Amino acid sequence: MWLGLHAVACAPTGPIDPPPTLAATGLYADAASRSLAAGVMPFEPQYPLWTDGARKRRWIALPQGTAIDASDADAWQFPAGTRLWKEFTFAGGVETRFMQRRADGTWLYATYVRKNGEPDDVLAPAAGMPGFVATLNGKRHDVPSHADCRLCHESGRTAVLGFSALQLSSDRDPQAPHGAPATAGSLDLESLVARGLLLHLPEQLLAVPPRVNARTATERAALGYLHGNCGNCHNASGPLQRLGLRLDHPLLAATPPAIETTFGVPSAFQHRSARARIDAGSSATSLLWLRVAADDAITQMPPFGRHLVDEKARDLLARWIDEQRPGDTTASSLPHQPTKKKKGS
Amino acid sequence: MNTILKLALVGGATALVAATAAYSSASAAMSPVERGRYLVSTSGCHDCHTPWHLGPNGPEPDMTRALSGHPSSFELAPLPPQNAGWPVSAAPTNTAWCGPWGVSFTANLTPDQATGLGSWTAEEFMAAIRTGRHQGRGRKILPPMPAPVYAQMNDADLQAIFAYLRTIPAIGNKVPEPLAPR
Repeated sequence: MWLGLHAVACAPTGPIDPPPTLAATGLYADAASRSLAAGVMPFEPQYPLWTDGARKRRWIALPQGTAIDASDADAWQFPAGTRLWKEFTFAGGVETRFMQRRADGTWLYATYVRKNGEPDDVLAPAAGMPGFVATLNGKRHDVPSHADCRLCHESGRTAVLGFSALQLSSDRDPQAPHGAPATAGSLDLESLVARGLLLHLPEQLLAVPPRVNARTATERAALGYLHGNCGNCHNASGPLQRLGLRLDHPLLAATPPAIETTFGVPSAFQHRSARARIDAGSSATSLLWLRVAADDAITQMPPFGRHLVDEKARDLLARWIDEQRPGDTTASSLPHQPTKKKKGS
Repeated sequence: MNTILKLALVGGATALVAATAAYSSASAAMSPVERGRYLVSTSGCHDCHTPWHLGPNGPEPDMTRALSGHPSSFELAPLPPQNAGWPVSAAPTNTAWCGPWGVSFTANLTPDQATGLGSWTAEEFMAAIRTGRHQGRGRKILPPMPAPVYAQMNDADLQAIFAYLRTIPAIGNKVPEPLAPR
């Protein structure tokens, strides 16, 4: 274990192969007590990815003296040696996903697992661990393969998901499904800038904490959920761009692409009772909703990473779609980003 | 080892080397499209992606619809009852399969823009085969497609298959989505 920590400490740009244990990734100062190492900082995205109800904690560590380049508000660039951890706690065990940026710009992915009663978090096979622990309704949670890690993390302009200007805005969405209030010590835009860990953030994003551009509070939460759970694949730069379906939420877009590319737009997915991606006013005939509400392997979206339906999201998206004017295929009258800084919201 | 056996071994090894060299030479001489045609013809692609019909010699692939996948016009008979002893059934076209995974329909591999692989890139095609996932990112590609077998092909062979598939006649045929398990 000590050797592992030593290796990480001496190679700030990252190992070639995954360390054998979670402790060897440098997460802990003391593995026995699981106290965090110096420089390991917690954060809470406001629109978290839902994973079969797992409770989550997240941390990031930057090599000393380095900073994130935020010139591109929607695709931050992370320095070599950046490490991120995400812990998923289920009733039967804990899975911790780890990624580290190598010197050549590529990312190393690894997952560590510990079932209840086991002492150490050990490296899971690169092929993943289907059925790692039981969840609900007879379903089980799968530990993803490294290939699956890449599918989600390398389908957009940045491999780091959930750590962005929108996700770390202090203007947090109170209706975000599974969103937790930022805890003391969690990073946000202001603290990152104040600590010199985030450079070149566009001034306007400091003056006005970014938020989803929406007409109603329900729409704000719905678009934020889609951004955090679907936009990593359904965006304008990844391999699925030819579908013309965008569920990401770029900060400076005049109109959310998740509205432009869904309302009244025919879906390529064939279904007996739905044709459009979103049929304004009718969630029951909207493919987007039907696929979020499905839990069979053929229909459900996302296609992996979950086996259970996110009931909060299902209900939120139904409210949002049902509140639209029937037949609406436009995204007119959307407000522009606020121009006054919000305090204490 | 006696002399005859030694001579036989040497002769056998020489023949093997010669055959390998000839194979390598022939393989190298093929263009990617020719190599792709060879691979598609020898890897069973037509068995499921070309609809079968009853010809003069019995069931055979309908090459007028080569590699166009499950015909959208084909009316499926009611699904057979689930049977744990014989869990898999196939439609007469050999393009629709019913099993514990649901009902799967073979894809249109022709370069038709709207319904086939016309808008795909070689990278997307390779990603689908390598990951075993629809479009390289979606749901798992369903049985009976032996994606794990083809995932072992090298990049050059997968690129060759894709190159060949770009040359075959485009056939408009919107293959249905698979059906979830009952």
